[in-house]
Amino acid sequence: MKLYGKTWKFGNDVDTDAIIPARYLSTSDPAELAKHCMEDADPSFPQKVQPGDIIVAGKNFGCGSSREHAPIAIKAAGVGAVIAASFARIFYRNAINIGLPIFESPEAAEAIQEGDVVQLDPATGTVHNVSRGETYQATPFPEFMRKLMEAGGLMAYVAERVKKGGA
Amino acid sequence: MGMTITEKILADHAGLDGVEPGQLINARVDVVLGNDITAPLAFKEFEQLGLDRVFDRDKIVLVPDHFTPNKDIKSAEQARALKEYARRYQITNYFEVGRMGIEHCLLPEKGLVLPGDVVIGADSHTCTYGALGAFATGVGSTDMAAAMATGEVWFKVPETIKLVYHGKLPRWVSGKDLILHTIGLIGVDGARYMAMEFTGEAIDNLSMDGRFTMANMAIEAGGKNGIIAPDETTLQYVRERAGREYKVYQSDPDARYARVIEIDVSKLEPVVSFPHLPENTRFVSQAGHVDIHQVVIGSCTNGRMEDLRVAAEILKGKKVHPDVRAIIIPGTQAIYMQAIKEGLVEIFVEAGAAVSTPTCGPCLGGHMGILAKGERAVATTNRNFVGRMGHPESEVYLASPAVAAATAIAGRIAGPGEVL
Ligand code: SF4
Repeated sequence: MKLYGKTWKFGNDVDTDAIIPARYLSTSDPAELAKHCMEDADPSFPQKVQPGDIIVAGKNFGCGSSREHAPIAIKAAGVGAVIAASFARIFYRNAINIGLPIFESPEAAEAIQEGDVVQLDPATGTVHNVSRGETYQATPFPEFMRKLMEAGGLMAYVAERVKKGGA
Repeated sequence: MGMTITEKILADHAGLDGVEPGQLINARVDVVLGNDITAPLAFKEFEQLGLDRVFDRDKIVLVPDHFTPNKDIKSAEQARALKEYARRYQITNYFEVGRMGIEHCLLPEKGLVLPGDVVIGADSHTCTYGALGAFATGVGSTDMAAAMATGEVWFKVPETIKLVYHGKLPRWVSGKDLILHTIGLIGVDGARYMAMEFTGEAIDNLSMDGRFTMANMAIEAGGKNGIIAPDETTLQYVRERAGREYKVYQSDPDARYARVIEIDVSKLEPVVSFPHLPENTRFVSQAGHVDIHQVVIGSCTNGRMEDLRVAAEILKGKKVHPDVRAIIIPGTQAIYMQAIKEGLVEIFVEAGAAVSTPTCGPCLGGHMGILAKGERAVATTNRNFVGRMGHPESEVYLASPAVAAATAIAGRIAGPGEVL
């Protein structure tokens, strides 16, 4: 399945407090969290983001807390994928575990300008910039992580194992 | 080829003779931790599996510490959900308000995490336990849910950066200053995906409390874990607390490191991290004139006994500046009690500081000291991101308890030498 959408650009070291401030963590309801997605990085983001839009950011995206509320807020806001020059490790893990597509590509993060329309192929890691006619390659995922994502995230994977009596 | 302490612990828990950086493994976990924000989400996911029990009810630890004592109705509902899950699955280690503490102060104190353990926590500062020579790392709620079901977790074996701290620490320079200085050197992603192994003379001479502070902030350099090989200081701390077996690991002399960084600590001064990233470090003497409205001494970074003693040493017989709110939060009930016995609480209250029951509270902008627009705080916590302690236009400066206490008196960022 390919992803297609308009991009919103952010800088380096976007932290989890910017993605979803702790003042909203008294709930884990995705719809509630989505209302405040990226609020401390760009207060107007929750209003202007459209389903399928794509976040593009610099290095170390998602640094800070382990709150899964961060990728959940992004996913629930309708964001189709996140492209970054690099991801902080807990965010990376959480995104894979909950099935939020992420693409690690310094080249794409640099070249894409806000508003560009891109097409993404999670299977190959290809990022095609439709507006500029350019293509970038994201770091491919190891096979185990691809399996996790194909299963629909970590819980679906664990559920299969539990059913087989492997737990 | 030799292995690092991190590699050895992971290999043993994966049932392998050896592992290499980059290898994907499934490891057995000794402790799974969650709090009032992350654990309810994890249990919700766990319940979708349709299991009637967790993998081991003694190996899960639940601590309501973030928004407790409940700050509002929504937080109260989350805390109640946590308690109900704890009851339903008969979790042995659930700590109610009045018996709890900030999770990363509480678990080591109770002997729940031990050398050689693999610990995951749905909280990024789970890396704190590396100070005991354990492999401990933060994960999300889904990982917590999966581990509660299976007792296992997948890891990519990290590369290791070795940090060697030479020399003796000058007066008022603490573990907090060492780790802030290190983050200033390598940056907030300087150890991304990596293990940080802290070694050298200055670490050998550091107290357990100072070591917890250092391992605590490995995540602020992007690290997967921070680790200090157990020595006599560690074993002395652990011996009186451990209720089960543990294993001491050491790195081999020929272990592989991605990078070795050597730091001479004898030239260091107390360090302050300026907004809005922990890597924006300056020596306190270079801070310039920065007026401060709030001082927070506490958190899983610096809410331990040694931290309170240092703060009391500076605040004794002095007054908190008229324009400053000083809030002091002991990390656990036991620390609180000890601070009362030693007369530290009296010193704080006499000085005009507020002393609270253990809670994360202001550290994450939860409650108990939220910043208004334009306000600035010096805090002994670990993050100074935009909006971390309140309004998006407020500012947090990270420092040691010594600098925080001195600042409370001066009303502006100050080193202990300026107020004593
Ligand atoms: S004290 Fe702060 S950093 Fe530590 S666990 Fe609590 S919120 Fe997290």
